[in-house]
Amino acid sequence: MALDQSFVGRTYPPESVYEVGRAKIREFAEAIGDPRPEYVDAEAARALGYTDVVAPPTFTTIVNLAAINRIVSDPDLGLDYSRMVHGDQSFAYHSPVVAGDRLLVTSTVEAIMSRAGNDFITLRADIATEGGEPRVTARAQLVVRDAEEAGE
Amino acid sequence: MSELTVGDVLPPLSTHITRADLVRYAGAALDFNPIHWNEAFARGVGLPDVIAHGMLTMALAGRVLTAWGLGELVTYSARFTRPVVVPNDDTGALLELTGKIGAVNDDGTVRVNLDAKFDGRSVLGKAIAIVRPA
Repeated sequence: MALDQSFVGRTYPPESVYEVGRAKIREFAEAIGDPRPEYVDAEAARALGYTDVVAPPTFTTIVNLAAINRIVSDPDLGLDYSRMVHGDQSFAYHSPVVAGDRLLVTSTVEAIMSRAGNDFITLRADIATEGGEPRVTARAQLVVRDAEEAGE
Repeated sequence: MSELTVGDVLPPLSTHITRADLVRYAGAALDFNPIHWNEAFARGVGLPDVIAHGMLTMALAGRVLTAWGLGELVTYSARFTRPVVVPNDDTGALLELTGKIGAVNDDGTVRVNLDAKFDGRSVLGKAIAIVRPA
């Protein structure tokens, strides 16, 4: 089923603040098996010039995904979540995400297209602190696989 | 860091992803899509079995960068071209992660070309990081 093209260009203002916690950074770093001390030890992080423990490169997937889910679950968009897979992802880093950051995410639907029966939607998340400092721009392309091709 | 040259290879990494790792990552990343933990659901939507989160593979490939002591990361991007199928056993799926310098840019940054292989085949496409070496 084709996605509603009228969603292209829509922007979703931040819904709530996400406060980055030391324990969440540690939990994420452990889940990806990354042992670097600046993720778990504030002193080690400060020695590298950060104000507190710093987040691993893909940590903001947490807030990015929440923003994605908010958009793709809109029934008007017509997206079958059960057939959705992640096509690609990019992060552009503006400043380090550290514990204590209070993040806001503004999301934009950048593109919707259809190819060979699959639907593609590109979403951008502008992630910044409450004070307006840009942290990360995240882009995700999601693919909704053609139901006819199930079982390939 | 100095004297980086195109073709330089970063220390590789290999790791096994088990179902337990997927559950743990799901909780840490707050990604509870059932295709990453529920076999019946995954098969029901046409997948061969439970598959790993693309973002977990991307994070693991990122460890090749962070282990290298990368300096400042400017961008990191990847396409998820092939699923990493994770069996319900103690061994899981073996992921082999590599990186090499793809370009040394005029602005002082370097491009690192990353790759993740599962079953001998790449599961990431155009996995690229732009790094400003310390």
